[in-house]
Amino acid sequence: MTAAALRTETDPSAPLLDVQNLSVHFPIGGGRVVRAVENVSLSIRRGSIVGLVGESGSGKTTTGRAVLRLIEPTAGKVMFDGTDVTALPEKQFRAWRRRMQIVFQDPYASLNPRMSVAEILGEALDTHGLAKGRRSQRIGELLERVGLNADHQRRFPHEFSGGQRQRIGIARALAVEPDFIVADEPVSALDVSVQAQVLNLIQDIQRDLGLTLLFVAHDLAVVDYLCDEIVVMYLGRIMEKGPTRLVYDRPRHPYTKALLSAAPVPDPRARRDRIILKGDIPSPIAPPSGCVFRTRCPMAVEACAQAVPPPVEREPGRFVACIRDAELNDQTTD
Amino acid sequence: MSASSRDIVLAVEDLRTWFHSRDGVAKSVDGVTFDLARGETLAIVGESGSGKSVTSLSIMGLLPKPAGRIESGAIRFRDRKGTTHDLAHASQALLRRLRGAEIAMIFQEPMTSLNPLFTVGDQIAEAVQLHEGTGRAAAMARAREMLELVEIPAAASRLNDYPHQMSGGMRQRVMIALALSCNPSVLIADEPTTALDVTIQAQILDLLRRLQAEIGMSILFVTHNMGVVAEIAHRVAVMYAGRVVEEAPVLDLFDRPRHPYTSGLLSCIPNARTGGRHDDARLQPIPGTVPSIMALPPGCAFAPRCPLTEAPCEAAVPNLAAVQAGHRSRCRRTDQL
Repeated sequence: MTAAALRTETDPSAPLLDVQNLSVHFPIGGGRVVRAVENVSLSIRRGSIVGLVGESGSGKTTTGRAVLRLIEPTAGKVMFDGTDVTALPEKQFRAWRRRMQIVFQDPYASLNPRMSVAEILGEALDTHGLAKGRRSQRIGELLERVGLNADHQRRFPHEFSGGQRQRIGIARALAVEPDFIVADEPVSALDVSVQAQVLNLIQDIQRDLGLTLLFVAHDLAVVDYLCDEIVVMYLGRIMEKGPTRLVYDRPRHPYTKALLSAAPVPDPRARRDRIILKGDIPSPIAPPSGCVFRTRCPMAVEACAQAVPPPVEREPGRFVACIRDAELNDQTTD
Repeated sequence: MSASSRDIVLAVEDLRTWFHSRDGVAKSVDGVTFDLARGETLAIVGESGSGKSVTSLSIMGLLPKPAGRIESGAIRFRDRKGTTHDLAHASQALLRRLRGAEIAMIFQEPMTSLNPLFTVGDQIAEAVQLHEGTGRAAAMARAREMLELVEIPAAASRLNDYPHQMSGGMRQRVMIALALSCNPSVLIADEPTTALDVTIQAQILDLLRRLQAEIGMSILFVTHNMGVVAEIAHRVAVMYAGRVVEEAPVLDLFDRPRHPYTSGLLSCIPNARTGGRHDDARLQPIPGTVPSIMALPPGCAFAPRCPLTEAPCEAAVPNLAAVQAGHRSRCRRTDQL
């Protein structure tokens, strides 16, 4: 079966990825369960970039992996181009996997040190039976596409710098001509001066190839720079999501406000109306009842402990999971 | 503050710290000069291989032996009594006496300073007993005060916790409490918030600022993050490939960087200034990568990546020269910026 045959007849304006009520639970013995991702829904329009942000324990990385079934979801659907890929048997899913790729954070750990660049990229091509008869030419094209020399094929990962290795990781993802890429903190391990090179490359390939991206990151400035929409997670749940510009200019959820105000700004004259959150992120083994953020929320009231607040669409495309949202954000200020 | 009235507690002068191996000599720190005044925070900012961490380990006398060696230069530290010691040539006995009591250090990873086998109360009390000769009960009381100072809730009961029972942010607070337990006049903080989440980082930076205002200590803050520099520093020294390439008060550095590496760094981080996807803007990356300190070019180490390079830049290492009061740049073409 060719990959093209898998393309279902769907409305091109429909989201390429539509994650519905995704949950990922890890049993840890003694009947206890880590609720890493709980009831997460998000969708990504074709050709757009959605940023998934949160601190450690937020479930952002697990969400990215569950979407690709690198971790099997416990519940929920991952609709990719109109098909629920979580329901497919592994063998059938393999053809879909070609269309859904990942770029990992650590370019040192994600490339096999014993394989040459030609072998790393060739393996991806062979797995999906691509570029038969013009393998070497295709590998050269891929390397040039990511800003490396075509004649770097015979080199091994250790001969490259961190930024160059991340380019190889991107080339490997592109080798199978995907429609969708999960980029999991792709620049966090790189030096600042090299980060910008890789961010520009991601921006270029996304535009040139019309790719759809889920960009997982903890660096809010990077997400602001790159993403059309942003999803803010805390302790496995979505707190707020919406168009990046709106969320950054006017955050609504108390956690989004605190997170944005905590990010250091490279400007010593910047006004710092900092919201310092008290305490630590609670354990995902025993998350607080009701709103998971309430134990650190400066706006929490008793009712916040009663029930998990559902994400409510407060403005077009703008969802906020906070029972006090209207009261805190909608009063007229003039 | 005018140069003459600055009350200098630590002065590093033309420091060279090299690492010798079979592959050759790595000149990790190669002629570094800066000073630190009482109550001041100096940020040392740089990328991997810049020599910023080796500089701080040299000051503390914590270089991995025998590979790492101070080849030349001086590290003048003035102790509480007003006596100045050269730490580059100090005996191990003197360094042991000064470390902790007069100069303390905190790290990115708290477990490099904390012993997993002892409770946090025991560890702080031990340091107090060792340096101040106080009895066990008084030292334990001091440990509790220190945990309160760093805002650890329920300090009295947390004294009995082992490090693994605490979160990363709490361990960072314990490490700060341990470092400050003997009232050092200089705190060296090597990427202390790099491994922390952004809301916890904000707590720790806030804590360090408050403690500095209360205790009046000087802080040498080593980081790669320009955002953190803008938050915490009074003055900044930018390091590249083992040398300071620019040094300035924080406002001057961000308002008008005078070294092409500094201005390159500032224009390649996404922020309000560089715009974003929404404005059709693009980041201006610095081309190429940080050079290996085993094979530095003969002239300016930044020349291969610099947009202003001309032939003389590649011939000799430029001097770190004053461009205005308190602002120095190691660039022949600084006037072009």
